[in-house]
Amino acid sequence: MIASPSLPPLTDAVTASGFPIGPIPSVEGRAVVLAGDDIDTDRIIPARFLKCVTFEGLGEQVFADDRSELGGSHPFDRPEHSGARLLLVNRNFGCGSSREHAPQALMRWGLRAVIGESFAEIFHGNGLALGLPCLTSGHEQMLAIQAHANAHPTASFLLDVQAAELRCGDQVWALELAPGPRQMLTTGQWDATGQLLANDDALVATVARLPYLNGF
Amino acid sequence: MSAGTLYDKVWDLHRVAELPGGSTQLFIGLHLIHEVTSPQAFAALRDLGLGVRHPERTVATVDHIVPTTSQARPFADPLAEEMLVNLERNCAAHAIPLYGLGSGRQGIVHVIAPELGLTQPGMTVACGDSHTSTHGAFGAIAFGIGTSQVRDVLATQSLALNKLRVRRIWVDGALPSGVYAKDLILHVIRVLGVKGGVGHAYEFAGPAVAALSMEERMTLCNMAIEGGARCGYVNPDATTFAYLEGRPMAPSGAAWERAVAWWSSLASDADASYDDEVRFDASTLSPTVTWGITPAQGIGVDEAVPTPEQLDPQERPIAEEAYRYMNLSPGAAIAGLPVDVCFIGSCTNGRLSDLRAAALVARGRHVAAGIRAFVVPGSEQVARAAEAEGLDQLFREAGFEWREPGCSMCLAMNPDRLEGRQISASSSNRNFKGRQGSASGRTLLMSPAMVAAAAVRGHVTDVRELLAETGRSASAASRQPSLTA
Repeated sequence: MIASPSLPPLTDAVTASGFPIGPIPSVEGRAVVLAGDDIDTDRIIPARFLKCVTFEGLGEQVFADDRSELGGSHPFDRPEHSGARLLLVNRNFGCGSSREHAPQALMRWGLRAVIGESFAEIFHGNGLALGLPCLTSGHEQMLAIQAHANAHPTASFLLDVQAAELRCGDQVWALELAPGPRQMLTTGQWDATGQLLANDDALVATVARLPYLNGF
Repeated sequence: MSAGTLYDKVWDLHRVAELPGGSTQLFIGLHLIHEVTSPQAFAALRDLGLGVRHPERTVATVDHIVPTTSQARPFADPLAEEMLVNLERNCAAHAIPLYGLGSGRQGIVHVIAPELGLTQPGMTVACGDSHTSTHGAFGAIAFGIGTSQVRDVLATQSLALNKLRVRRIWVDGALPSGVYAKDLILHVIRVLGVKGGVGHAYEFAGPAVAALSMEERMTLCNMAIEGGARCGYVNPDATTFAYLEGRPMAPSGAAWERAVAWWSSLASDADASYDDEVRFDASTLSPTVTWGITPAQGIGVDEAVPTPEQLDPQERPIAEEAYRYMNLSPGAAIAGLPVDVCFIGSCTNGRLSDLRAAALVARGRHVAAGIRAFVVPGSEQVARAAEAEGLDQLFREAGFEWREPGCSMCLAMNPDRLEGRQISASSSNRNFKGRQGSASGRTLLMSPAMVAAAAVRGHVTDVRELLAETGRSASAASRQPSLTA
């Protein structure tokens, strides 16, 4: 039984990897463009790298096969993108397998936010659980953002999570982020465990009313 | 917004609380775990000083990394062995039942939970695997989760979720001979696309769905996620109840009668409202084969690879990528395309009726020269049932390898994988680049009967030709009886 809903601080492993803790009002840094629809989680992190009991080594393995195929010309291998914090994608990013190894690999490579036209449901949820904001934009605007980033690879972008806006120099692009995730990210409540633990009485009441847990 | 659907009813029953962030805390009735997505969740529990809230609602098995040739311990692959040891320790430490190798109940998690009667109508089912949508076949709300959410379910038996919209996929008609549930779902995804279902649950309904067996319904719901729908479901009916009756974990005696009454009440109301509806006609379908790198890139076996002009402009860039990767030309026929490897198995099509359908094609024939073909039963129970019917012998005589249960070459986390540019005919669910273990390997998704047809001919073949040759019918009525009869 759970005695208290309060949680100790995040683990050493998590903090040591530089993962976010607490409110995420904004993300600032260079942006890397990964063009194309339906980029699945098998491509983000091929299944052979899932043979592990920790997430630690995943940063180096992100997009391993795509990068190998392109022999150094993959966006993640170009020196100007080293240290980029924002990833700019298109439609249905993160489709396929539910592996959380995918956002883990992206974050361990250094990314702290993803902006795209749409995200697969499970990827979006996994990102939120790790404090990786995933915001959306319309098609034409997304192409414009990607074109700007490609034209200015060393420019610094500022993603304002609260305002759901992306800025670069004089440019401002309005993005979309549902009220729930927005509130969770900006108030630091994106890690749901504490909230879920707080409602144990209601959980017990739910168990008591479910026919299949009570002999029908 | 939907109202009066099974999805709405099950959602309401399992709602624990509304959370500050605006999402809903939903109770999870059945949590299935396996060796790949749970180790980091257990590690997080340890770090947070938390226990497992409902170990009796948690069930574990090992499937993704197990070899299918010899399952003797320790495994030849030390990383695979470490993952299984880790799972065994975690289950022992938290009193979680583990159906391990040789238990008689081990297998692919989405095969064993239904066959044990663990999956029941009206439940919420979660598992760290996207094909958890399979369990929706029983009228459960079942969906895949990531490892942080596995941690949350372990710790609290609940999840923070947002309600999905509900789309009804209504299917009229009946599947013709040689056309299976796999062809139906590949067709649905072809039409609606891999992103068409994002934000939705798919309710599969209509005469063609009502006529499907439970195993066929599992195939249908299994691939809802490939269409972007995190869960798919079928309303429970007499077929559902007949499948469940007598299973080890199903209710019995007086509780059975009460359970059936309650389960029946959960089906979507006749006047339920849906966010939208899409209609199909099963009687017009052909065996379907994917030609590209997403499950939506499918065509009838009698069709040609589409040209860019035939595609929606949005779909052209990924089609261009697929032509290159698959080395296929627009306008080329898919029938006759040579294959190297034939794989029958997976959580999509690794059940007894799938093996029977493939055996019906393989019987009295032989795998073509140069083709490597193997059959991986979905579970130990499937394997033993198939062996009792002599299917293992039938497949061996036809030149197929008969393996031990596991996920195998669906995702190639074990030694079963493509090499180089090999092309596979596969009864699995994903044809993504590199999915079957070679970074340049190619996958053609199809039904198990179509895989068997490709194996004996050495190239993509319309299974209806082989069924007609021998006067074997694969209609719904003949799919069920034993082949040895």
